[in-house]
Amino acid sequence: MSRRRAEALKLATEIAVPIAIVLVWEAWARSADSQFWPPPSTIAQEFRDLWLFAQFRSDVIPSLMRILFGFAIGSAIGVAVGLPLGLSLWARKFAMPHVEYWRAMPPPALLPISVILLHSIGNLQKITFIAFFCTFPVLLNTIDGVRALDPTLVDTARAYGVPVRERIRRIVLPAAFPQISAGMRTSLSLAVIVMVVAEYFSSTSGVGYVLLISKNTFQLVPMWAAIVLIGVIGYLLNLAYMMVEHRLLAWHRGWRAATPL
Amino acid sequence: MTTAQEAKAESLRTAPRVTMSPRIVNALVVAGSVAFALLLWELVSRSGLVREQDLPTMTATVGELGSLARTGAFWSAFLHTVRGWALGLGIAILLAVPIGVGLGLSDFAGRAFRVPVEFLRPIPSAALIPLLFLTLGTTLESEVFLAAFGAFWPILVQTMYGVRDVDPVTIDTARSFGVPRRDRLWRITLPGAVPYIATGIRIASAVALILAFTAELFMGTPGLGMMLNYAQSYGLTTQLYALAIATGVLGICTHIAFTAIERRALRWHPSQRLGAA
Amino acid sequence: MLEIRGLAKTYGSGDTVVQALRDITFSIGEGELVCVVGPSGCGKTTLLKCIAGLLRPSRGEVVLHGSPVTSPPEEMAVVFQEYNRSLMPWSTVRNNVLLPLRHKSLAKAERTRLVEEALAAVGLTRFIDHYPWQLSGGMQQRVAIARALAYQPLILLMDEPFASVDAQTRGDLEDLVLRVHEEFGITILFVTHDIDESVYLSHRIVVLTHAPTVVKEIVGVDLPTPRDQLETKELPEFAHLRAYVYRLIKRDRSAPSGVDAPSTLVGEGLLD
Repeated sequence: MSRRRAEALKLATEIAVPIAIVLVWEAWARSADSQFWPPPSTIAQEFRDLWLFAQFRSDVIPSLMRILFGFAIGSAIGVAVGLPLGLSLWARKFAMPHVEYWRAMPPPALLPISVILLHSIGNLQKITFIAFFCTFPVLLNTIDGVRALDPTLVDTARAYGVPVRERIRRIVLPAAFPQISAGMRTSLSLAVIVMVVAEYFSSTSGVGYVLLISKNTFQLVPMWAAIVLIGVIGYLLNLAYMMVEHRLLAWHRGWRAATPL
Repeated sequence: MTTAQEAKAESLRTAPRVTMSPRIVNALVVAGSVAFALLLWELVSRSGLVREQDLPTMTATVGELGSLARTGAFWSAFLHTVRGWALGLGIAILLAVPIGVGLGLSDFAGRAFRVPVEFLRPIPSAALIPLLFLTLGTTLESEVFLAAFGAFWPILVQTMYGVRDVDPVTIDTARSFGVPRRDRLWRITLPGAVPYIATGIRIASAVALILAFTAELFMGTPGLGMMLNYAQSYGLTTQLYALAIATGVLGICTHIAFTAIERRALRWHPSQRLGAA
Repeated sequence: MLEIRGLAKTYGSGDTVVQALRDITFSIGEGELVCVVGPSGCGKTTLLKCIAGLLRPSRGEVVLHGSPVTSPPEEMAVVFQEYNRSLMPWSTVRNNVLLPLRHKSLAKAERTRLVEEALAAVGLTRFIDHYPWQLSGGMQQRVAIARALAYQPLILLMDEPFASVDAQTRGDLEDLVLRVHEEFGITILFVTHDIDESVYLSHRIVVLTHAPTVVKEIVGVDLPTPRDQLETKELPEFAHLRAYVYRLIKRDRSAPSGVDAPSTLVGEGLLD
């Protein structure tokens, strides 16, 4: 088969397969007529009704706010703590056992404790909880990024007498930024999951809360719509982040392409 | 004295004496760091900064953990969680590696399923809990399905990367020597993909543990998560903290184990070898 | 102006000790262009780093204008060999050259003037808002030189700056160094492994032995100025000097040493 034909066939398949899956699902769900597996068309309808109009403000916005604030605060703390740890060997030796322990901790295990310590199930508790877990991917990546700083660059800064604060601001942080950004991308996905779990556990609003309520009232269609929404939120946030990162790291791509290893 | 002897004598005069092996020093630092944190906890909890009913003292919590460890119920729950995690991870590996190899090797198949994979991947598995609760119920199957579903994706993606990342020069060389396709697969491509698969499994292990635990917490399948839920419902705060610590220990043990495996798998990989390149 | 007295540097301790520099003594006068050459692995980069205040010597001292050098002195600028690792890829050429000036108390207009003049001196005005990696290797090294010039140092140290650049560009860059030396009157200490280059550029050549390194000889270069890539290199005096230095180094390279790395091995420059 010629290359052009093979390429066209692959493209056609790429488009056809997802459509085929949806159609098969639709047909099967209609014929099975089970309340647990509503057909995609019904889900789509409910999705539009529920999210795009009725409960956008009451649930989607709070969830998004919690994700974004938790992510932002967690990332900031991750960089702020990761920087000194990356620079100092002994600080690292001392702190790493704790970093490794908390980073490996399954988030749900701390849910009851977070409610008790913070005396709340509102935004404070949610955002703090999300921020806590978002710190670690960023922190670890910041440490890696700072440690990988090129010694020639450090020598140059020292030779020219660049003071330490300037060095951190103009050399260490920009150099580590590609690595930090990768950590932030992980953190963002983590924020979505942790948000859902936190809201499902104890909340009075939000997408996770809707998920819980629809389970309790045996409403399968809103439940599916919520599941789809969570996937969509995760996908769109990731997409938005990649677009921003793409622009901020244009220099990194150019430099890597031009530099022989 | 020769110059080498001179230099050695000088260095011994000026260099600081290090008597302990680095491994012992590191172990001491870890122990000291943990001890420091525990002490800090005790001080904070006793100081009145936080109410004692909100933050039990370190000694009380460790004591509680100790008495839990003497009960059969705790270890039964612990093993239930381990079982859910292991089964979920195992099934994910058994499914994701072959499928990943298939999708990675065949450009056609990879592209055909690209959109479904990209669509299913970002769905947080935890969101499926209510669905599983209503369909499969509070059973081991629910927990294992959830853990496996979550663990499947990182392994799949990493396997696909690993298979595709094989050096084309190596493959071309093998082809020019007449190495048959099956051998190329088993001797070049798959071994080259092993480090990636190891990374995927490490990531998946953490995901599987979180999901197994979450299933227990929210659905009530037996395990540490369920015990935590129970302790919370009955206001057993100290037990909450003790269980959280125990879960953390399980988390870090699996993390260390799979990181070590990953490191071994990466050791012989060309990218890790310093040397002639 | 710059005196190096009895400089020694030893790495490691106990059984793995390596004496890179044993006893280096020489001095550089104001406005001179002095080259340092030696066999591969003789610790040239170590020497330069000690002089620059980036490394602490095990023994001996470096004295600049009467004061000992313990940390990078303000009057000194350094140009490293690996230009793509000493320039910041996230900044434009302008901001790269600006970096050392930011912490000096200068008015903004003054800083801008210095940057623009330095880039004009190396012929890169057109690329002032490009990124370093958009430029060729030779041009990147010129940016590094411009950065050193804008800093207005009294003495410039250069560590095999043209080793990673192709031969033709190297000639242009050598002439640039000569021009800069003449125009700005900076004292220059130039480390190189290229014997031709050392003879072409300098007034005096400090020839080093293999490790543990001492100064073998200081060769005066009596060639007429201004130097020219064609004319100067055609002079019989050039050939003599070149051969002389070559013999000094070659004889030394064949001498036995426990720590010497023959130039054909990949490990060349391990001690540098």
